[in-house]
Amino acid sequence: MLLKLIVCAGPATTGKTSVLRHMIRRMLEKGCRPAFFKIDVQYAEEDEALAAEFGIPCRKVYSGELCPDHCNVMVLGDALSWAKKSGCDILLAETAGLCLRCSPYVDGGLGIVVLEATSGMNLPLKVGPMLSLADVAVVTKVDRVSQAEREVFRARIQDVAPAVRIREVDALRGIGIGPLADHALGIPDATDRMQLRGNPPVGTCTICVGRKDVGWQSHFGVVRPLEQQAFYRGE
Amino acid sequence: MRDTVESITILGGRGKSGQSDAVLRIDLRMGDVASIVGPTGSGKTTLISDVELFADANTPTGRRILLNGAPAPTEYRDDPARNPIALITQHTTFLCDLPVSEFLLTHARIRSGNPSGVHGLLQKTLGFANQLTGEPIPPSVRMTELSGGQTRALLIADAAVICDTPIVLLDEVENAGIHRARALELLREHRKIFVFVTHDPHIALLSDYRIVMRGGWISRLLHTDEEERRCALQVGRLDDMLSRLRDSLRRGERVRAEALEGCS
Repeated sequence: MLLKLIVCAGPATTGKTSVLRHMIRRMLEKGCRPAFFKIDVQYAEEDEALAAEFGIPCRKVYSGELCPDHCNVMVLGDALSWAKKSGCDILLAETAGLCLRCSPYVDGGLGIVVLEATSGMNLPLKVGPMLSLADVAVVTKVDRVSQAEREVFRARIQDVAPAVRIREVDALRGIGIGPLADHALGIPDATDRMQLRGNPPVGTCTICVGRKDVGWQSHFGVVRPLEQQAFYRGE
Repeated sequence: MRDTVESITILGGRGKSGQSDAVLRIDLRMGDVASIVGPTGSGKTTLISDVELFADANTPTGRRILLNGAPAPTEYRDDPARNPIALITQHTTFLCDLPVSEFLLTHARIRSGNPSGVHGLLQKTLGFANQLTGEPIPPSVRMTELSGGQTRALLIADAAVICDTPIVLLDEVENAGIHRARALELLREHRKIFVFVTHDPHIALLSDYRIVMRGGWISRLLHTDEEERRCALQVGRLDDMLSRLRDSLRRGERVRAEALEGCS
């Protein structure tokens, strides 16, 4: 399969789409053929905006009642086939960025997390595998904070995820995107058999199947009272 | 170890409308103080942003910045804590929610790489900042709670003491509600290259030269001449008089004619 895969995650409104838009522009300048795929829960218009702007193949899927990262695992294979059939050589998948327990990255693809420098110094400690399993952490809105804050925010990311490459960008003006797009173009092609990088959470509980009573006493299977705080940090 | 910086060079590009910079090469040497002057919107901030980014014909202006006569190593761009430039922006609030002391200690740890010296740097930074602001900064207060003046004072102190970079860029320090003359005096004790974006006549005349901006392009480079140096002394006295006047108004006092003596 001669296709590269980029999976982009990050909390809502951090500038994921702005980062990807500038990457797409740079990729087109270099003669590549990118496709864009968006997974969201109930509303997304990024696909239409990017299709109108660049005329590249774009589509979206609504996860609806499914967890969006779960949905991602289900449909990503199909999305790669679609991108390939559309004559593309790189697929940029933007995820909904909701759950801090999972990460949507795939071995064999490039995982990018987009974080904003304005969001508080403890953010890197809170986003879990979305950051620690990424290949690249893109820090946006660097123009909104002082240089000192930028440096401390960066150190906080490095404390949590020492191996993650950090790229600071001004996604509005596209400053700093060049090296990021070049990095993405340098990764190997995706393989036919791909695996999720992180462990998915424990699933299938009575809440999942529709029992809405509050309190663990009403449930069975995977239950947890407040006093039992066995803590699984994730990757 | 920090690499030695001897000079930084601006190679001309173009302004917003495509007009080429009239000065094609500006060399700033260690110890130089330069000002960037020009009307609002004339491209002053864009010029220091080119410098801060080590532009290499990859920003909208097409300018190039050389360090010691050669393109800057890319790791300066990749790791801001190794960047030999400290930029003091126009921010008057912090968004960082940590207490002042924790923030400064973290920053000192990153910049100095020497955990034993960080408490000394913290004290030195607060001491520096408190000389610039009328309201001393409590170390336990959160960064977000500092006033505009305290924020700017802390930014300047952090750049001078903790970053301690060979090149310091300051964007309109005069809008800060701090003691400007004192800031200049304290900064000049450090041997660095200083670039001020400024509308302030005193700062502009105390500089070794002024880079004049117009419509996004560099229109002129003026070296401060003998007459201007003499004027700077007078402007300094005017400035002192105005700041005494400002303080007296702040204290709720009446203004008397003798306060303006010597300036007619």
